[in-house]
Amino acid sequence: MDETQLRLDGNAAAGIFRELFVREMTVARGACASCGTIAQMGAQHLYMFPLSPGAVLRCNRCQAVLMVVVHRDGRYRMGLQGLSWLEIAE
Amino acid sequence: MAGATLQRRLTWLQARLSRRLDETPRVKTLVLDVPGWPGHIAGQHVDVRLTAADGYQAQRSYSIASPPDDHDQLSLTVERIENGEVSSYLTDVLAEGEQLELRGPIGGYFVWSTESGGPLFLIAGGSGVCPLMAMIRQRAARGSRVPTRLLYSARSLEEIIYKKELDLLAERADGLEVFYTLTRDHPSGWRGGSRRIDGAMLAEVGFGAEQHPLCMVCGPTPLVEAVASTLVELGHAPDRVKTERFGPTGG
Amino acid sequence: MPPPAFQGRPRDQTAGNRLPPGQYLTRDFPVLSAGPTPRTPLTAWTFSITGEVAEPKQWTWDEFRKLPSETITRDIHCVTKWSKFDTVWEGVSVDTLLKGIKTTAGFLTAFSDGGYTTNLPLADVTDGKAWVAFAFGGSPLAPEHGGPARLLVPHLYFWKSAKWVRGLRFMARDEPGFWEMYGYHMYGDPWREQRYSGD
Repeated sequence: MDETQLRLDGNAAAGIFRELFVREMTVARGACASCGTIAQMGAQHLYMFPLSPGAVLRCNRCQAVLMVVVHRDGRYRMGLQGLSWLEIAE
Repeated sequence: MAGATLQRRLTWLQARLSRRLDETPRVKTLVLDVPGWPGHIAGQHVDVRLTAADGYQAQRSYSIASPPDDHDQLSLTVERIENGEVSSYLTDVLAEGEQLELRGPIGGYFVWSTESGGPLFLIAGGSGVCPLMAMIRQRAARGSRVPTRLLYSARSLEEIIYKKELDLLAERADGLEVFYTLTRDHPSGWRGGSRRIDGAMLAEVGFGAEQHPLCMVCGPTPLVEAVASTLVELGHAPDRVKTERFGPTGG
Repeated sequence: MPPPAFQGRPRDQTAGNRLPPGQYLTRDFPVLSAGPTPRTPLTAWTFSITGEVAEPKQWTWDEFRKLPSETITRDIHCVTKWSKFDTVWEGVSVDTLLKGIKTTAGFLTAFSDGGYTTNLPLADVTDGKAWVAFAFGGSPLAPEHGGPARLLVPHLYFWKSAKWVRGLRFMARDEPGFWEMYGYHMYGDPWREQRYSGD
């Protein structure tokens, strides 16, 4: 199997983002803490359930982990370390 | 760039299958009645959730194929994936009148409405045509003349989804042009493309980079990635190339 | 009201005592991934024992493949609820790799190409409980399943069986690896259904 078949765009995370954020996150822009690339979250690479135990958003340039979301018993745990910043327009 | 407006909480809605239409041997369109549907923008998707008698649940995302309109009804076009537990249920088992849960609309990144303007270059691989079809249908419903080109790659003639409708819309000559390329086999006398999408085809069929088209690419991940990087090589700005990858679970 | 017609993928919850709580039995081998598949050439591959050990150790691929290996058959359990019985692996026992290693550390982190990590107590990878596996079902381990070699710790949830493993780093304290940091259980015993921290 070509492993690129496992990869989605951040757009596919729109549903889980909607559960957590008040504003549409796929158009939010963020800077990768590893390589500095700035892009919209919808354009990033996503590995997600059912093909992953959690949602992992990776930089579409350098593949570093930007964000992780694990939906577990009644709560969500989110890791945001891979982003230097996240910017959301009104 | 679209702002990120405040959104209502997403809740699961009950949708009832009104009718199912055959598109191709493996692809069906489900027309669903969804009381309370809040409306959507072309390109958005829904999450569908199915629950078995023992409580087992499966959830998948499907692009909305119908254009925004005022009715509590929307269409999903589903490809039956081999060994697909959800897709095969939707295409073969779910009966008219039966219900499923869905929530949406979801997504603000891979969307288009006539206000966004153009030119619009749409590139589809297989069932990736579904969200692009919502855009084409919206364009037609609004009487828009935004210059639009669809480059649609399918394995064979019989696997082109919406072909009749696309040909009829293209005949209106209102600025929409449709190009097909068949990658596995084609009928004798076929005048469309007969190979995978490549740089030469994108350059020949698409709007030039100097026209700053909005490029929307949708389909299986390998096709989407190859096309998106080729468009950038052809000079299109990366933020004018939007992608929606369908993973192995379909879209 | 008639029961829902949706069945879902073939799954069996009635496998007697062999299936841990909350699991379904599957006959295929789903590929799960949190990132791109690494493609380290075998000429560049090494396996290391590092961290709180008296002397670190390293093997090249050729050296690793010269170590005694064994074929084992085990059930495996993924935290995403599928289990697979009687999976056949070939690998080098971690006991073999740790022969002669002097340490007072009680824990370790398995680290992989691509940056994945997972933490384990030393007691859970010794005495015949863990392997570095290079073959599955009689064939070399495919890249999407963790090849050329992955850690195999079948008595714990399968996220602990790190794909693309490149070594074990010994530590005095138990430190969360990738999924553990984001809420998965530090230990991960499927029989006590330890999926998430606090379970």
